[in-house]
Amino acid sequence: MQSGTNPVSTPSGVAGTVTLRHLLSGFLKIGLLGFGGVAPIARHVIVEDRAWLTEEEYASVMGVGQVLPGANTINAAVMIGDRFQGMAGAIVCVISLMVMPLVIVTGLGALYQRFAALPQVQAAISGSAAAAAGLVIGAALKMARRLHPTAIAIVFGLLAFIAVGLLKVSLIPAVAVLGPLSIGAAYLGHRRER
Amino acid sequence: MKDNLLWRIAVTFASLSFVAVGGVTAALPGIHRQVVDVQGWMNDTTFANLYALAQAAPGPNVIVVGLIGWQVSRLAGLTVAMLAMVVPSSIVALIVGRVVHRHADTSWIAVAKTGLVPVTIGLILAGGVVMARAADRGILMVVITLAAAVFVLISERNPAWALAAGTIISLVAWGLGLPR
Repeated sequence: MQSGTNPVSTPSGVAGTVTLRHLLSGFLKIGLLGFGGVAPIARHVIVEDRAWLTEEEYASVMGVGQVLPGANTINAAVMIGDRFQGMAGAIVCVISLMVMPLVIVTGLGALYQRFAALPQVQAAISGSAAAAAGLVIGAALKMARRLHPTAIAIVFGLLAFIAVGLLKVSLIPAVAVLGPLSIGAAYLGHRRER
Repeated sequence: MKDNLLWRIAVTFASLSFVAVGGVTAALPGIHRQVVDVQGWMNDTTFANLYALAQAAPGPNVIVVGLIGWQVSRLAGLTVAMLAMVVPSSIVALIVGRVVHRHADTSWIAVAKTGLVPVTIGLILAGGVVMARAADRGILMVVITLAAAVFVLISERNPAWALAAGTIISLVAWGLGLPR
């Protein structure tokens, strides 16, 4: 495993500190290992393995990517690539994130037509789906723990979780209501500090 | 009229690209409506199978769009669908990302981020729980989910190890005839 390509211990997203080759290999890895969605492995590679961004920078890039239209991880790849290597970086990140998964999924398509009914295939798929769900839960909890949230941040995190995860509110109204409220609360906290 | 078909694929997914706020999973009902009901490119069962397949493969969930394009018109369909889905939203992300980064030190961006980060994390957690509910049919599956979550929480190792372990444990349980 190629680790610590960027030795800076406190990443600050400075343009040029991560080369196009680093971005290519990092996002190829994210695409290839991102089973059941790429968010957990993306956080692992970007924050822990390669240390391109801090936990906080990563969370805010993901946050912006989530609010914008389009696939969240593609949006995040565009912004991270652009931050280090401009437009070329954005294009390299998106292509290297998607190319191998697309090759694999079309290959799987052919296999699946023949083997879907086999019980061992079903067993393998349900085991990996259960683990993939756990990875997403673990990644969210880890981000929460590392950011040392204030009480009010915990409240808004829980409200978002309850609304979408338990009450099945759809995402757009949930974000449209909780986003501005949470920003408002952050603004009040920010003013009180000064 | 192959060109006409490709044009329809392009228009369909480019429009979806702009309205898919909250990611592909959130946009799935909209994609289904276009692909099955409006355009009539495939039936319900095929659509569900393609989605399951995209979930089983590595990579971002948006590759389901490429697979749909492949089903409709092979390599040309895959390429057109993928580009139409990704390019418009990526241009928006590029512009917004630059504005946010340039003004990262100004207080209004800092406040907006402080407010958005907890909501984002709550939404990621919600996504995990929704996935778990879809996947966890028995006690062993619940244990695999919890163990994978704990693994990520306490270890710095690659999360793919937990995925491999979950797959193998489930296969072994099937082989031994244990309840899953």
